[in-house]
Amino acid sequence: MPNSKQMNQLLYTLQIADNALILGHRISEWCGHGPILEQDIALTNTALDHLGQARSLYQHAADMFNALSSDNKKTLFTSTALQNKINKGEALDEDDLAYLRDGWDFRNVLLTEQPNKDWGYTVARSFLYDAFSFYFYAALQKSKDTVLAAVAEKSLKEVTYHLRWSSEWMIRLGDGTEESKTRVQEALDSYWAYTGEMFEMTAVDKAALADGIGVDIAAIKTLWQERVNMVLEEATLILPANTWMHSGGKECRHSEHLGYILAEMQFMQRAYPDMEW
Amino acid sequence: MNQLINKNLYGDYGDKEQASGTSGMHNTAGEWPLWEVFIRSKAGLDHKHAGSLHAADAQMAIENARDVYTRRMEGVSIWVVESKYIHASDPFEAASMYEPANDKVYRHPTFYDLPDELKHM
Amino acid sequence: MTVHSFQEHFDAKIDSEVMIEPRDWMPDDYRKTLIRQISQHAHSEIVGMLPEGNWITRAPSLRRKAVLLAKVQDEGGHGLYLYSAAETLGITRDEMYDQLHTGKAKYSSIFNYPTLTWADMGAIGWLVDGAAIMNQVPLCRTSYGPYARAMVRVCKEESFHQRQGFEIMMVLANGTEVQKKMAQDALNRWWWPSIMMFGPSDADSPHTAQSMRWRIKRFTNDELRQKFIDVTVEQAKLIGLTVPDPDLKWNEERGHYDFGPINWDEFWNVVKGNGPCNKERLEARKKAWEDGAWVRDAAMAHAQKRKARQENKAVKAA
Repeated sequence: MPNSKQMNQLLYTLQIADNALILGHRISEWCGHGPILEQDIALTNTALDHLGQARSLYQHAADMFNALSSDNKKTLFTSTALQNKINKGEALDEDDLAYLRDGWDFRNVLLTEQPNKDWGYTVARSFLYDAFSFYFYAALQKSKDTVLAAVAEKSLKEVTYHLRWSSEWMIRLGDGTEESKTRVQEALDSYWAYTGEMFEMTAVDKAALADGIGVDIAAIKTLWQERVNMVLEEATLILPANTWMHSGGKECRHSEHLGYILAEMQFMQRAYPDMEW
Repeated sequence: MNQLINKNLYGDYGDKEQASGTSGMHNTAGEWPLWEVFIRSKAGLDHKHAGSLHAADAQMAIENARDVYTRRMEGVSIWVVESKYIHASDPFEAASMYEPANDKVYRHPTFYDLPDELKHM
Repeated sequence: MTVHSFQEHFDAKIDSEVMIEPRDWMPDDYRKTLIRQISQHAHSEIVGMLPEGNWITRAPSLRRKAVLLAKVQDEGGHGLYLYSAAETLGITRDEMYDQLHTGKAKYSSIFNYPTLTWADMGAIGWLVDGAAIMNQVPLCRTSYGPYARAMVRVCKEESFHQRQGFEIMMVLANGTEVQKKMAQDALNRWWWPSIMMFGPSDADSPHTAQSMRWRIKRFTNDELRQKFIDVTVEQAKLIGLTVPDPDLKWNEERGHYDFGPINWDEFWNVVKGNGPCNKERLEARKKAWEDGAWVRDAAMAHAQKRKARQENKAVKAA
């Protein structure tokens, strides 16, 4: 795939947007099913934050896409639905990017698409991601892409709260009852294998960093690790020993879960194309 | 006030044990405690009672209050206090508590009849 | 004071529109009526999260998804405000949940109907929330203070719910053929259950008279139903949808719409548990509660550990 500066910037933005959308989607599945009303409401606020971030980023991505040359537009996405739109010369918007791209054009990390399972898994997934996202957005504020920088500044406030929430729950569950400790440790061990990917510098990451719009994610790994260690210690949880890490999401190779998420999420737009809702 | 009859004080914050006529059926073991939430809607104003909620501890109570009671920019500061620590005056003593103030009208500026020419007082 | 004078004092307050507050003396039946009504109302809010919650993951645009998510969350908040109001009457939320889960407490029957298409999100917002608002606005002046204050908050937040529902319907009604069909189909399915939401006819409503006397209720079921129909029929016309009632006719003399007979047999059957989704709704609530038990326990256990550690520290420091 030819990677001009503009196209790389677009792919980089999509990567951040996809993380926010998919994790937000997963968290939104809890709405109405939480362990207690107060936390049901709290978690939905988080889902709304992620969704809001995704929307700002997709709008930015759509603007960048619409400014590409028509040749570039044709090569970027594979789905027939998007190809049809592009061939008709229509401009894309946030919804097109969320609802009409296929799984193999989604760039979120695998961690975000892993299932909720139970409160322990959900908290562990959020914690591992929030700790990353916190340092990521902090660094992204310095992006030369002013839209990304602005989104980062706004999102950082949200993520700061998310991280506080998920850290506190890691501690409550880890240092709660025997049962909660066992459950959250199991969740942590299970989702740990998806953390390595967050710090992998893909070609898109490297180019974005070189262009001054992206974040040096390898550099924030130490900060992330320190934060994780600190919280796990307070939670009396054991740092998982496994070092094997799954990867692929950022390069559009996903777990089976994403297909089901998209089948559900995109159903309306796919079944009833070209309509206003 | 001496209780000549069995008066029922329902749902007093903090006196649940004595307040409820149904305490025997309460099965509250393990229920997160109840907290009262006070919110300052903007700098310069008092914290005002917004409602209540359940939380396992004070920190969580503040966060729950943030998530439940400030979703529409209703606040800039939150106080929480566990409901059982609120002490309330007894409504049965309302007459002796509050009515004696009723005839002290001279405490109010409107009590004084001054000439209209007098400004700024 | 004798019981008699407590009663007289209470009645005098009610008659002069002075609110009753938690610590005030109140007749036992007044308290029971309030607990029943407020907890039913709270249960309706949280069970009501389920049919709409169905579509959060399938909403057709990101904007709609955000709005729906916020809306369903609001319903959770409303449930919370109402449970809190009921808790001032000497019942715990856990007890109320227990009543819901064991089928002792009821919730609004409307939520036992399924949400089959996206248009149902429009119909629920427009009709169900519309009917709810009709019911709830007078409750802002209900005689029990905590209930009235909860309702003020609910009504403030609820106003966007009906608007978003109507907007969904409007967009569909102005859309393609299939969208129009979707909207009409949703109206067809939700109209009668919405009309039934106001509860049985005054003649068959055992609690209405006493609740009116206590100013817990301000209007009768039939009054509110009529008001809802009058308003909603005009709204349907505005967006070109047909209300599925062949007997619907403007009655010049009454100044109201006449409407066809309500299928109360269906209503009572749904109340009794024979609605299309009664089992699913209750099971979903019970599952959430039971699955959450270990989480709630963990938080309590941790809070206690932390407290004990702080006290220990304080003792050592002293």
